[in-house]
Amino acid sequence: MTNSDILKIQNLQKVFFPGTINQRHILKDINLTINSGDFISVIGNNGAGKSTLLNTIAGNLPVDAGSVTILGNDITNASVASRSKWISRVFQDPKLGTAGELTVAENLALSEKKHRHFNLHFYHSAERDRRFTTLLSRLNMGLEDRLNTQVKYLSGGQRQALSLLMATLSQPDLLLLDEHTAALDPYTSSEVMHLTNDIISERHLTSLMITHKMEDALQYGNRLLMVQDGQIKLDVRGADKQRLRKAELLDLFN
Amino acid sequence: MIIEGIGQGLIWSMLAIGVFLTFRILNIPDLTAEGSFPLGAAITIKLMLLGQSAIVATLAGFLAGCLAGIVTGILDTKLRIPSLLAGILTMTGLYSINMHIMGKANIPLLNQKILSSYLPAAWDPVIQTILLGVLISIGMITLLTLFFKTETGLALQATGNNQAMSAANGVKTDGMVILGYAISNGCIALSGALVAQNNGFSDIGMGIGTIVIGLASVLVGEIFITSRKIWIKLSSMVLGAIIYRVLLTLAMNFGVSPDDLKLFSTVILILVIVIPMIQSRQRAKKQLNKYLLSIRLAKEVSPDD
Repeated sequence: MTNSDILKIQNLQKVFFPGTINQRHILKDINLTINSGDFISVIGNNGAGKSTLLNTIAGNLPVDAGSVTILGNDITNASVASRSKWISRVFQDPKLGTAGELTVAENLALSEKKHRHFNLHFYHSAERDRRFTTLLSRLNMGLEDRLNTQVKYLSGGQRQALSLLMATLSQPDLLLLDEHTAALDPYTSSEVMHLTNDIISERHLTSLMITHKMEDALQYGNRLLMVQDGQIKLDVRGADKQRLRKAELLDLFN
Repeated sequence: MIIEGIGQGLIWSMLAIGVFLTFRILNIPDLTAEGSFPLGAAITIKLMLLGQSAIVATLAGFLAGCLAGIVTGILDTKLRIPSLLAGILTMTGLYSINMHIMGKANIPLLNQKILSSYLPAAWDPVIQTILLGVLISIGMITLLTLFFKTETGLALQATGNNQAMSAANGVKTDGMVILGYAISNGCIALSGALVAQNNGFSDIGMGIGTIVIGLASVLVGEIFITSRKIWIKLSSMVLGAIIYRVLLTLAMNFGVSPDDLKLFSTVILILVIVIPMIQSRQRAKKQLNKYLLSIRLAKEVSPDD
């Protein structure tokens, strides 16, 4: 393992419903190293194993064999909460990434402190509000005036932008994006995608993004993975990725 | 009679606050109440009979309730037993434990000094109860309001609202759920401790119907919630408990026998669930008709062709 490795996945196996007629081998001996500064797009058919892969990295799904290490720490069996020290995530459903009953400021406050212990400090402060207002105004979504609005009253695009801000607030070592623009209309979807790209490049974040949009996969990021039938069928980066065309990619799907 | 209902309502208000915490903040229907309420009563009365002061005994009752909540919380989170069943399991187990604590089904106080008699003896007992209830309500609302302004309080609220998101943000959601169960059942047991002192006895059957009373108080109280502020929500719970108790007192005054009170409670709960639902449906219908009529009128005034 070199210094530039962020995440290392070794011989990862995931089998759903083992021993039953519905048994499905979703991840087949996956090996993957994510280097510092990588912005990886992951594409693949429905059911190919993309989301399963992301969920095993995030800790939402236990792995059946193999190991996951982040910055040298074995997190194969770590809980979602303890992984959040390194890993942030934006969900596909805008409703999942934020707490609707809480205000914008409360959601941000929650995401700011990651490795928390029992703590009786008051979360609200004028200084914090000012900082949040500055951060929100950069999103250009009109959220800076809505610090005390409950998140359930925001639009899907606003919620997703907030989610993105929350996920990146604490400078995660790895940012997971799970089709995070799929539930948005085309215009908002491209807005959020631009914003994502800006934040990632500005903060030099390492990121893994699942997408169904070929154009986004080709346009953004320095590396592209194609997952098919539980295996990584294609892993291109740098200049090779830039040369890749949509037609070639579509051919590979079949 | 109504004054007496207010006093009763105030000492039952801790139950409403406790049920509110699990039912509304954590989004969990917790039935532990049926066991933790008499647990608080049993521990408190037993300790007072053993010579402890009312203050120590009441605190012990509160803490015992917290423990009961922790048990349900562990069953729910660590053992993945559905919350409804987890509550039923704890409540059922507590029946035996309460029997062991009391030694028999009913233990009366002899002439021990109860909490409200720490107030000037010259005052009427009803006034003493009201004042004690007000003091405890204000104290509990203040503590909980401060707690919900802390990082941990925020994490607890977020857990109740969206567990997946909370975990992804580093909140140890299992711990938060257990903490919520503990505080909630502590409050419920405290209510049991106060009611038992007020009645002058603890009875094994005094928990029956607790959850219905608690939920009815919460739903009545929610009528008064006008803002997101937590202290307003909690105060509304106290108000809900008082109104509910006054209703019960009035019903008894109109000749409803004590045996029928549980049935009466059930009917009240059904009404407070159903009435707002019908109201909002009719309001929506009325608004819709008004809107459709306005479109038709606009068309008649300026026909398109």
